[in-house]
Amino acid sequence: MKFSTLKRHFKEGARNTWRNGWMTIASIGAVTTTLILVGVFLVLMLNLNHIANELEDDVQIKALIEVTAEESDVDQLEENINNINGIESIDFSTKEEELENLIDSMGEQGQAWGLYEQDNPLNDVFIVKAEDPLETERIAAEIEEFDFIYRVNYGQEYVDTLFKFNEYARNVGLVLIAALVFTAIFLISNTIKITILARKKEIGIMKLVGATNNFIRWPFFVEGMFLGVLGSVIPIAVILIGYYFLTQNMAILQQFNFVTILDFYPFALQISLIIVGIGASIGVWGSLMSVRKFLKV
Amino acid sequence: MIKMQEVYMTYPNGVVALNGVDVTIEQGEFVYIVGHSGAGKSTFTKMLFREEVPTKGSVVVNNTDITTLKWKEVPYFRRNIGVVYQDFRLLPKLTVYENIAFALEVIEESPKNIRKRVMSVLDQVGLKNKARFIPDELSGGEQQRVAIARAMVNHPSLLIADEPTGNLDPETSWEIMRILEEINASGTTILMATHSKEIVNTVKKRVIAMEDGMIVRDEHRGEYGYEV
Ligand SMILES: Nc1ncnc2c1ncn2[C@@H]1O[C@H](COP(=O)(O)OP(=O)(O)OP(=O)(O)O)[C@@H](O)[C@H]1O
Ligand SMILES: [Mg+2]
Repeated sequence: MKFSTLKRHFKEGARNTWRNGWMTIASIGAVTTTLILVGVFLVLMLNLNHIANELEDDVQIKALIEVTAEESDVDQLEENINNINGIESIDFSTKEEELENLIDSMGEQGQAWGLYEQDNPLNDVFIVKAEDPLETERIAAEIEEFDFIYRVNYGQEYVDTLFKFNEYARNVGLVLIAALVFTAIFLISNTIKITILARKKEIGIMKLVGATNNFIRWPFFVEGMFLGVLGSVIPIAVILIGYYFLTQNMAILQQFNFVTILDFYPFALQISLIIVGIGASIGVWGSLMSVRKFLKV
Repeated sequence: MIKMQEVYMTYPNGVVALNGVDVTIEQGEFVYIVGHSGAGKSTFTKMLFREEVPTKGSVVVNNTDITTLKWKEVPYFRRNIGVVYQDFRLLPKLTVYENIAFALEVIEESPKNIRKRVMSVLDQVGLKNKARFIPDELSGGEQQRVAIARAMVNHPSLLIADEPTGNLDPETSWEIMRILEEINASGTTILMATHSKEIVNTVKKRVIAMEDGMIVRDEHRGEYGYEV
């Protein structure tokens, strides 16, 4: 296709978008509503995903060592653990360090634990990370078999539930987004179809002078794209502003909580691109779907 | 140029519109098709640019057999044929200029050539000063001249006109005839379905008369031959 032809299609598509007035506004409204819902879902999903990944990374096995273990026993134990398949890292932490961590993690209240510094009730521990967080359970079981292991902690139920919930949330989110997108495509194709009924005669005339189906389709493609892009303006604004305030307030919340959400930048940029992309796809698909019927002559 | 052999056309509703048509038309001819309403004139012309496909028989136009033409090839085939209707069939939202330019945009003519050729045909049909008008702002005769300008702008080898003067007053009709003869003089074959006894009997050309989907008369420099 020549550049001048492409230019012509864009001009024509823009002109039709403008001329269809209320129908254009109705279509944009349908895209806007959908994209706000899809956008909110995406923000939730991506953040859930982020939190899950962060927690997944945090999943670690704490192997508490018997207080009776000699130094040579501890060395032997480290070697044994290292020999287990699928270990990413193993760190040794003394009971003094453990207590310090505990006090730090509890902030103000933690000061009370300072009383225990003279008579530390904790154990020395090996902190073991699995390469694949899903292997945690197996590795923990193996470690538990070794001598001089007092106990193994990894929050079994908590980890399993987290993984399950994560997967579930992802699937439900995707299904919901797909359903919303299809509804929007349906709405748009029907709205455009109303304007096309009026244009049916015009399409016949175009074919009379030898226009190919693609030639006729192009301006509709452009129009759909415009509808989608225009329809994504408000959703992007709403989500960016909303998310900005959320990150501002999360900063305060985070002082008390170890869970974080994605930083405003570059997340804001990514989500904007995704929303424009989905909007344009919805518009183009809906528009091309509506013109399809009239080209089969 | 045009060769129809044993052409039958039955519409989906069972109406037999063509009932065994055999005809040959040479390049550069000017042919009238006459006959009562419902005789099959429009159906005849629709065969030639594949608006309809015959149920039986063969139709060859410009060495292309339209019965075996793939639908993807139809647009390209049509670009060599200009069509003019009684109801003009102009794009209502486009200006006169844009309506004519459209036929050239479709074949991806360069913007420079489009401008040149559109202005040239506008000059030929005498509408240079109305280039920026939209169809609704024109008289019937002017709209028909735009339709003819569009049909001729890419120099088709065949121009089909289905009752091009049907909605026009006599004076305007003669103007349209003058333009069609001019186009014919440049070598374009012209096929014109008409009910105008006056035109057919004055501007003498080959006359094909149809009745009940059949050709009942075919004479050079013929007469209209029906009472109006
Ligand atoms: N699309 C169609 N579907 C069904 N029947 C049709 C269709 N078009 C035409 N016919 C029928 O075919 C027959 C021939 O119609 P056609 O339009 O070719 O006649 P015509 O000679 O052009 O008539 P007129 O002078 O009134 O324009 C008529 O009986 C008409 O009712
Ligand atoms: Mg007719």
